[in-house]
Amino acid sequence: MKETNEEWTIVIKPHAGLFDIDFREILQYRDLLMIFIRRDLIGLYKQTLLGPLWFFIQPILTTIVYVVVYGGIMQQTTDNKPQILFYLSGIVLWNYFSDCLIATSNTFITNAAIFGKVYFPRVILPLSKVISNLLKMFIQLLLLVVAYIVFLILHKYTFQVNLYILTLPLLVVIMANLGLGLGMIVTSLTTKYRDLQNLIVFGVQLLMFAAPIIYPLSKFEHTRFHIFFVLNPVTAVVETFRASVLGGPVDLKMLGYSFTVSLVLLIVGFLIFNKVERSFIDTV
Amino acid sequence: MSNIVIKVENVSKLYRLGEVGTGTLSHDLNRWWAKMLGKEDPTMKVGMVNDRTQKAVGNDYVWALRDVSFDVKQGEVLGIIGRNGAGKSTLLKILSRTTPPTEGTIKAKGRIASLLEVGTGFHPELTGRENIFQNGAILGMTRREITRKFDEIVDFAGVAKYIDTPVKRYSSGMYVRLAFAVAAHLEPEILIVDEVLAVGDAEFQKKCLGKMKDVSMNEGRTVLFVSHNLAAVKTLCDRSVLLSQGTVKEIGQTNHIVTQYVKLNAEHLKRRISYTNEAEAPGNDKIKIISAEVHPDIISVDDDIKVTFDILNKTPHKNFKVAFDLVNANEQIVFSTAADISIATNGTGKAQCHIPANFLNDDIYSVWFYMFTNEMMPLLLLKELLSFEVVDKGRDYAYLGKINGVVRPILKWETTK
Repeated sequence: MKETNEEWTIVIKPHAGLFDIDFREILQYRDLLMIFIRRDLIGLYKQTLLGPLWFFIQPILTTIVYVVVYGGIMQQTTDNKPQILFYLSGIVLWNYFSDCLIATSNTFITNAAIFGKVYFPRVILPLSKVISNLLKMFIQLLLLVVAYIVFLILHKYTFQVNLYILTLPLLVVIMANLGLGLGMIVTSLTTKYRDLQNLIVFGVQLLMFAAPIIYPLSKFEHTRFHIFFVLNPVTAVVETFRASVLGGPVDLKMLGYSFTVSLVLLIVGFLIFNKVERSFIDTV
Repeated sequence: MSNIVIKVENVSKLYRLGEVGTGTLSHDLNRWWAKMLGKEDPTMKVGMVNDRTQKAVGNDYVWALRDVSFDVKQGEVLGIIGRNGAGKSTLLKILSRTTPPTEGTIKAKGRIASLLEVGTGFHPELTGRENIFQNGAILGMTRREITRKFDEIVDFAGVAKYIDTPVKRYSSGMYVRLAFAVAAHLEPEILIVDEVLAVGDAEFQKKCLGKMKDVSMNEGRTVLFVSHNLAAVKTLCDRSVLLSQGTVKEIGQTNHIVTQYVKLNAEHLKRRISYTNEAEAPGNDKIKIISAEVHPDIISVDDDIKVTFDILNKTPHKNFKVAFDLVNANEQIVFSTAADISIATNGTGKAQCHIPANFLNDDIYSVWFYMFTNEMMPLLLLKELLSFEVVDKGRDYAYLGKINGVVRPILKWETTK
């Protein structure tokens, strides 16, 4: 009786190679991915009074807070752009990134119970978070469209949307890469060193202050803080998006830098995640 | 030519003892350094066999499994038995891919679904319906496959009325029924079942057993069955693996393996004592027990049991009462029994008590020995002089759980219409 290795559909080995990622298997589990995405979306408003309205309430409240605190009290400049549109455009994209990052960064810890009992490609879970948050972001973009129309009609705002809006898919991909990549790195490390878990919320906040969310990049053009904004891969994404809907200059070189960084983080995150997922249950 | 669907080759698993998280960074650095120098992993060297009774001395690592190898044929129901800590759970975890082996490989053909615990992968907030789909998807099924089987699953579990209720409101019985139903109907080529029969009523157990037999015999699928319940293993499995301290002790016909398992357990029991040197023998300056034993070696519920004592009399008395209490694992006295015996001074006498077959339930028992003079003056009390286990045997009928009661007599019944 001769046996070839192809006969075996499952081979359980002590150590997976670094690049030993079974993409075909991930494809086989696409129905599970769909179920998780549905669960994530429904879970956001299950047992709440306002239901799906929460998709809108959160960015509206944040925008109001920013308009009052940063625009009103602190008199921050918004580059002569309508405050509401300025903040909202930043918030929608930023929220996507931070939601992805925070949701994926606790993958292992929150799912330890299920991971300890049953096998499926672990990467399905962070993927589902990224996709369900993507849907959430599109819904919130509608809010921006509505606000924009209101401004066009009521405030005689000139239509500023330009061809750069075509980069939106790329911008979304960069944000998804960043959120997923960083999230997977963090969750992989937290299985052994829980310290990171406490730092992540703080880290995200810090990253937001180093991104042009509540102020335009131009404000820091000639200050010593400028370098932090330039190094932050989120900067180019938010700036490009704002320029595409509210007008302004676009720096394609910086956008290229953001894309490269996001891709590197995604790959590194994927590799670390793949390595940790097999043995984390012993260390968690 | 038999078709092997699971091949377990030299699988070992090393676990770190103590609190994980403290000193992991230094251990990691230590390992990394050794790797850089091309040395053996320093943490792997110090591992020892898994023996819980021994205290870990000087090292923090333990082999939960060591060099485990066996094959499973297609359509076979393979039993895996062993004492607590023998490595059963670790083996199952590796098989169900929730933890990787430290060494060795496992190869399998087809999907593996595991029922390691009640409601594996169930989400309490989701309804029964949603959980069937989620659970099925986790086990690698497509939506279409699950839809096709949906009604059958609900029917089998008998939860049709509650299918749109979150499973957190289910009773534990309903929970298990649904969990088993999903796993059994989703047609994995290999099904791993761990102690699931401990829950659920007799009717459902019957269904499960029927389904497991059906699954293996008619559909050619393979079942790995892990249990403490020897009756269930004997009834279901043709072949079994005996694990002990992380290694495979023996593989073979279930009846033989169960016998070996009971023998292994018996090593921890005092089924026979015998002393050539009178001074070492238990007792006092009046009465000594030279030897004592419980017969046969392996006691099934339907075996006659003989308890024998060889007694040395060092008193001037000649007539005594010999007695013992039979105490079960819960420290309940099952019965007390006594008899008259005459032994000459400085002579020995033999006392043998017959406990009839089909009287004791399956349990672990100990013998508390007493001697009195004929005037009921106590001479000797020896607690736990002997201990032995009565094991259950395979049953043909549905219920395979433990039969209730301190004793398990076969009684005469008369039934009329």
